[in-house]
Parts: sequence; C-alpha cells; structure tokens
Amino acid sequence: MKVQINGQEKELAGPLTVEELLKVENVKMPEMVSVEINGEILDREQFSEVIVKEDDEIEFLYFMGGGACGLY
Amino acid sequence: MKIILQQAEYEKMIKQARAEFPHECCGLLAGQKAEDHIEIQMIFPMVNVDGSSEHFTMDPKEQFAVVKKVRNAGLQLIGNYHSHPYTPSRPSGEDIRLAHDPDFLYGILSLEHSETPVLHFFYIHSPTKVTKLEIEIKR
Repeated sequence: MKVQINGQEKELAGPLTVEELLKVENVKMPEMVSVEINGEILDREQFSEVIVKEDDEIEFLYFMGGGACGLY
Repeated sequence: MKIILQQAEYEKMIKQARAEFPHECCGLLAGQKAEDHIEIQMIFPMVNVDGSSEHFTMDPKEQFAVVKKVRNAGLQLIGNYHSHPYTPSRPSGEDIRLAHDPDFLYGILSLEHSETPVLHFFYIHSPTKVTKLEIEIKR
C-alpha cells in the first residue's frame, strides 16, 4: 500500500491503524504526536480506530510547547 | 555544530518578541542542515495559544500548515523558538520536559534586559544533556 508520510512516499504492508503506523515508523512518545490525514487532524482517541488507506497523505508532528515557568 | 541565522530573520524574531511582550512569543525555524553547521533561512512566527508570560503552546493546525510551506520552499523544519520575557535564555524545566525531539533545535530569546535581547540555541537530549550551540548572525 502506497502512502505519503511527511511529504515522502512510503510503501506499507497491509491495512493498519494510525496507532500501528506510529509504531511501525518508530515514533517515540506517540502520545505527544498530532496526526493529520488528508488535511484532517485526528483526535487522539481516533488513533486506534482510523485505518490508513492507499494514497493517504499523512503528517506527524510533535506537540510543541514549553515556557519560562519556574525559571529564575 | 554552529548555527547560522540570517540577520533579517533575527531582527524579525526580536520584533515579534517585543510586539507580543509580556507574553511569550513562539515560532518555527526552517533552513538547511550541513555536516558542521545549520543555516536558519526563514523563521515562521506562530500564535502562542496560551497567551502567557510563562508558557507557550503552538496550535497543531497552524503547525501543519507551516510544515507544508517549509517543504514547498525546499527547506527543512529544523526547530522552534520562543521568548522568555523576564528570564534568561536557557531552557526551563518545562522546556526540557516538553522537548520531545532530540534532533530538533530549540531557540530561546530572552528579553530579560529589554534593550539587549539574548538568543541561544540548544539541543535538548535529556534533563542532564542540554547543549548550547555557537551562533553566527549572517548579514
């Protein structure tokens, strides 16, 4: 199955969920990742339900945040 | 590893931080990586959805849009930056805790001394391994 992940074409074996895809792609701390498929951002609860399909355009991004809290 | 930052982008970052003061500002860094240096060619100011002097959070929707712009410009997403309105240019505990990508560059612009902003870039590998990188502002 051919898909695009972060702008790069990839060949994946078999149908798999987004949760499984994050494992296959060795994404560390998947709980801190946002996922967009074909322009739609998924809720985290959907990761174990949504099945990746042929020609899907998938983007992964880490949560980005921080701040000076507690710094002197 | 040396970080090269275009003067115009450096000034844009300072202008953003001052405009959003007393809140923290934030943004993404795009450019090219070489073996011994990283050149930041464009910065992308982002909305700090926290609207806070002590925290920042980027909106994933805006992040995804900028990532595509970066890719279309033939550049790489190489890091992010934020300002510390009242404190030094070094990562806080929260900055370290939320630094999920060891290959990402983390820029912190301090406005502690408002007339003389201080910018440093870091690699954050773990709470005990934070590396401050040399920086060159390129005219």
